[in-house]
Amino acid sequence: MIKKINNHPKSLRKIPTHYCAGCGHGLAHRLIAEVVDELGIREKVIAIAPVGCAVVAYDYWDFDCSEAAHGRALAVATAIKRVRPDNIVFTYQGDGDLAAIGTNETIHAANRGENLTVIFINNAVYGMTGGQMAPTTLLQQKTATTPKGRDQKLHGYPLKISEILALLPGVKYIERVSLHSPQEITKAKRAIKQAFTNQIEGLGFSLVEVLSSCPTYWGLSPNQALSWMREVMVKEFPLGRIK
Amino acid sequence: MAKIKIDREKCKGCLLCVSVCPKGLITQAEKLNKKGVKPAQFSRRAISSEGGTPLKAGKKGGACLGCSLCAVICPDCCIEVWK
Ligand SMILES: Cc1ncc(C[n+]2csc(CCOP(=O)(O)OP(=O)(O)O)c2C)c(N)n1
Ligand code: SF4
Repeated sequence: MIKKINNHPKSLRKIPTHYCAGCGHGLAHRLIAEVVDELGIREKVIAIAPVGCAVVAYDYWDFDCSEAAHGRALAVATAIKRVRPDNIVFTYQGDGDLAAIGTNETIHAANRGENLTVIFINNAVYGMTGGQMAPTTLLQQKTATTPKGRDQKLHGYPLKISEILALLPGVKYIERVSLHSPQEITKAKRAIKQAFTNQIEGLGFSLVEVLSSCPTYWGLSPNQALSWMREVMVKEFPLGRIK
Repeated sequence: MAKIKIDREKCKGCLLCVSVCPKGLITQAEKLNKKGVKPAQFSRRAISSEGGTPLKAGKKGGACLGCSLCAVICPDCCIEVWK
């Protein structure tokens, strides 16, 4: 007799998401839900949803969530964690949210060494607002606001926020992972679990940067988008433990 | 003996599962689902790439391994794996 060997995570509602076909957000949501189930922290976890395509993540996760104004997730998370230190608090933020409008909150929360977990979704564009350039957009990458490709003379270089944060003594753990293959997805889950475990053990600020696809605003099919990540994006954003 | 079940109504037709199945057992259906997309479909035997379905080159033929690669890469939790 054959049996079902994979189960829908309890921490993820069984409803369709609004994400585009092939979008990495759905995958990242599932990995977090699986980790929360496996660590048995569903009653203790509090997510801070961002502004961006994942703004309604609170509709998809089946545990407590709060919303924050654009870029302010780590300020809200700091407050919640300080008032309720027994809860496991994490933010889920895009590159526009964490590394553009929220750079200030991000750097200071990291520098204070807040005992928080950050899941940073780097898809190299602003998805929600129509595919504009993000700080993490690659050189030569075409976006709605860089129709000829990102030019460092005009737009600067892709921002390596994870490497910058790694310099801060308050930061405990930073790893960059990618969602471009089943093997890398499995590694991503391991890193996410580590970032949550660190908080449970009181070790301090932990961040996982997740390279994630936005086929819609990269102008690629979902499969082409994964190839682009594998061949181009990981060269600019090398995978592995940063701190 | 293994097999997968794809929720054809939830599927958005991204076809990432098609590209990772080492046996080429997943293709795109001809019939639209209620969302208006052609979802992924499973067949117990490998299907040739005729019909415009982007099948990955590689080892084809043979039965489902229950390897779960399709379920791991599905962004929408549409795939159950039975083994
Ligand atoms: C204060 C404020 N400024 C600007 C916006 C417009 N806005 C909404 S989402 C977004 C960027 C989202 O990009 P990212 O964080 O990379 O997330 P993605 O949509 O790519 O997942 C911007 C600029 C806003 N909602 N609030
Ligand atoms: S616009 Fe991009 S990030 Fe937003 S849901 Fe679509 S694929 Fe995902």
